Amino acid sequence: MSGAASTLSVKVWRGREDGAFQDFAVPQAQNQTVLDVVTWIQRHLDPTLAYRFACRVGMCGSCAMTVNGRPRWTCRTQVAAVAGDGGLSLAPLANLPVIKDLATDMTAFFDKWQRAGGRFRPTGTRADEFATVPPATPGRRAADAGIECIGCGVCHAACDIVRWNPDYLGPAALNRAWTLVNDVRDAGGEARLAAVAGDAGCHACHSTESCREHCPKHINPTAAIAGLKRATTLALLKGRL
Amino acid sequence: MTLGGPRAHASYGAFVVHRLSGLALAVFLPLHFWALGTAIEGAATLDGFLKWTDQPLVKLAEIGLVVLLAAHFAGGVRLLALELLGWRAWQKTAVAASAGFSLAAGLLFLLNLGF
Amino acid sequence: MSSRPLTDAARGELRLWLAQRASAAVLAACVIVHLALIIYAVRSGLTAAAILGRTQGSLIWLGFYLVFVAAVALHAPIGVRQIVREMTGWRGRSLDAAAAVFAAALALLGVRAVWGLFA
Repeated sequence: MSGAASTLSVKVWRGREDGAFQDFAVPQAQNQTVLDVVTWIQRHLDPTLAYRFACRVGMCGSCAMTVNGRPRWTCRTQVAAVAGDGGLSLAPLANLPVIKDLATDMTAFFDKWQRAGGRFRPTGTRADEFATVPPATPGRRAADAGIECIGCGVCHAACDIVRWNPDYLGPAALNRAWTLVNDVRDAGGEARLAAVAGDAGCHACHSTESCREHCPKHINPTAAIAGLKRATTLALLKGRL
Repeated sequence: MTLGGPRAHASYGAFVVHRLSGLALAVFLPLHFWALGTAIEGAATLDGFLKWTDQPLVKLAEIGLVVLLAAHFAGGVRLLALELLGWRAWQKTAVAASAGFSLAAGLLFLLNLGF
Repeated sequence: MSSRPLTDAARGELRLWLAQRASAAVLAACVIVHLALIIYAVRSGLTAAAILGRTQGSLIWLGFYLVFVAAVALHAPIGVRQIVREMTGWRGRSLDAAAAVFAAALALLGVRAVWGLFA
């Protein structure tokens, strides 16, 4: 980096849950992203710093972490937009166990995905014709609104219900379940509705909308969860659950 | 440091107001029922209680309660709409409208108290 | 898949959630009427004689407020129970029992008040 006039003070979480913040001074540069900062620290100051990234261009979600208290993608967060006077504070994504420094164990996040019935259950075989699904149908529009999720964990980290209720499946898993409930090719049926009902499921959501507020793909899990509430209620009233 | 944090948005505020107002109302209600129930012992006992409520501090608390009720009602209607009707673009405006309604109810009550 | 895929616990929670929403809808209507009534009552005078003069013997209002009390006795305990479960470590049967006691107390005190005012 060419001689930058100013330095950025960066606090980075080190260790596991019982770790601590460590201070670093990083030269500021134009158009610097938070990922640039983390990478600079690891390459020039401390090679033992553990963090994740992959695509660097806002497609994979691997770089999600807590930046100044909010869960974000560091590759898409400009330092200039978030640093202010106090510099940067970087911590691992919330509501997940910490492996080391800025890397979390996402096993629980994906386990919840499975427990919510987030797996497509096919009905067709290779002998059948392709399913014809008009994109303008309400079901397909509802599904399309949620299928861009890449499982980055930001919504899960932002959600207070996830924090208070360790069993709660969370916005990403429930959003995925909703896309499948609306998929005409899927055979998940009542089993999936049962999986997302109750306290660990959609009924634990209080529509605080922290998920929608923070989702980098502008997905609305609150709306998906509301849909699941309607679907499960209907199924219960019809005696199917 | 940026202003606020992961909770600094309208819907979260609505959630907090809804939860706190609900809790406050839940605490208030048994007292409210008990006080009104003194009517069962006749007009005199009820009057005794009503005279006690004539103090300015109690009147202030009453205004607070009306605001809490209106706030909880408005937040609840927002939730029912969100869950039953699905996502609509006016959701955020609804939060603001709820807040406005609560304030209006409180003010109306205030005006009618003759202040 | 079995014909009843939901666990009993989950079904119980679903029913409580539904009861909460249903009572909320009833309360939404009741609260509007109640708020309007309170503002009217404040204008018209708040002595016992004035209040009782307006309320006693009114069957319609008796009915209305009994419905109001029933909805509240359902709605408030379910709400408080949920707050306790989320924000404290208290869960399980003892909490459910406490919520039921709260519901019974509200119902009893509420009916007593309604009776005193409207009967």
